[in-house]
Amino acid sequence: MVEFTLPKNSVIQKGKHFPAEESATRIKQVEVYRWNPDSGENPRIDTYHIDLDQCGPMVLDLIVKIKDEIDSTLTFRRSCREGVCGSCAMNVNGKNTLACIKGIDEYKGTIKIFPLPHMDVIKDLVADMTHFYAQYASIQPWIESQTPAPADTERLQSPEERKQLDGLYECVLCACCSTSCPSYWWNSERYLGPAVLLQAYRWLNDSRDEHTGERLDELEDPFKLFRCHTIMNCTDTCPKGLNPAQAIGEIKKMLLVRQEG
Amino acid sequence: MTQRTRPLSPHLQVYRLPLTAIVSVLHRMTGVFLVAGLVLFVLCLAQIDGGSSSFNAMQSLVQQPFFSLIIWLMIYALFFHLCHGIRHLFWDIGEGYEKILMNYYLILELFGSILLTGISYLFVQLGA
Repeated sequence: MVEFTLPKNSVIQKGKHFPAEESATRIKQVEVYRWNPDSGENPRIDTYHIDLDQCGPMVLDLIVKIKDEIDSTLTFRRSCREGVCGSCAMNVNGKNTLACIKGIDEYKGTIKIFPLPHMDVIKDLVADMTHFYAQYASIQPWIESQTPAPADTERLQSPEERKQLDGLYECVLCACCSTSCPSYWWNSERYLGPAVLLQAYRWLNDSRDEHTGERLDELEDPFKLFRCHTIMNCTDTCPKGLNPAQAIGEIKKMLLVRQEG
Repeated sequence: MTQRTRPLSPHLQVYRLPLTAIVSVLHRMTGVFLVAGLVLFVLCLAQIDGGSSSFNAMQSLVQQPFFSLIIWLMIYALFFHLCHGIRHLFWDIGEGYEKILMNYYLILELFGSILLTGISYLFVQLGA
């Protein structure tokens, strides 16, 4: 449902301010969205002044430093620190990205960090991904085939067939794209969103998969697929440089080609 | 409505929409504007049908600056909607999704809509 404003309990309030040490020379102002489920209060924005001479180069280093040295209650997901796990997806200065592969020097002025947009917040920067993962499971992200596997080898692909998966297999399911999509904001109960649709196309495009027809049947739905209005936020924001909008376009094309027989 | 326990993270409040998204919103808005304008257009037609006195009354009304502004906005909206609509047709056949060309196509359609409006203006000026 389209709702332009935030519900009452989600309206953001002013928070605390943590100044830097006086000896600091290169100070960066960082604003971070905070919400503690035990406080009973609304979310707030805390402001931190960070000495960049004492901090690593990435946005993730900033919040790790805040957690280590200033406020250990700051909560966020992170793991690989090199853009392959997809855990530290967040909204930085109005665009979704992976904090670990985004340099602090890419931003002028204040850095504003929010959780992934239009998601239920569990705590601070941690969003509830349950629904997103359930949607991912719904497209059956595994090989479906009737043909028994060859006795002595794996199911082989030619280099050309393998190439069909380039630009798709790199997706780490960080949800940056899905949570950047206004269509997903308003219709996430029924619209699958760019990340899951890109994954769906990854399996449609896999030469070893034999369920292309069934997969297309599942997607042929006014909401699951066709809520994509080519707003292009997904492609604009993807921290891995992938193109979910194009993948969705390809699925639409596959449906059309199938109709033509 | 059930009480939300967890807050909803900010969306439109914090998201910096890229140009492609702004154009997408404008496409919707011009669409709505054109439908509303269609009512105006039909009212004008009805006035023409009402004989010379009602025709003259309508004529002097739409020649006021405010109304002619509305009419030119409608003409621009029509061409903008048309140009972005053509882009939608390309998307529908699976073309024009290249990331590096996204803003290039956007400039093309904006230029096209301005050009078509300019041609219409010349056409009106020469015709008058």
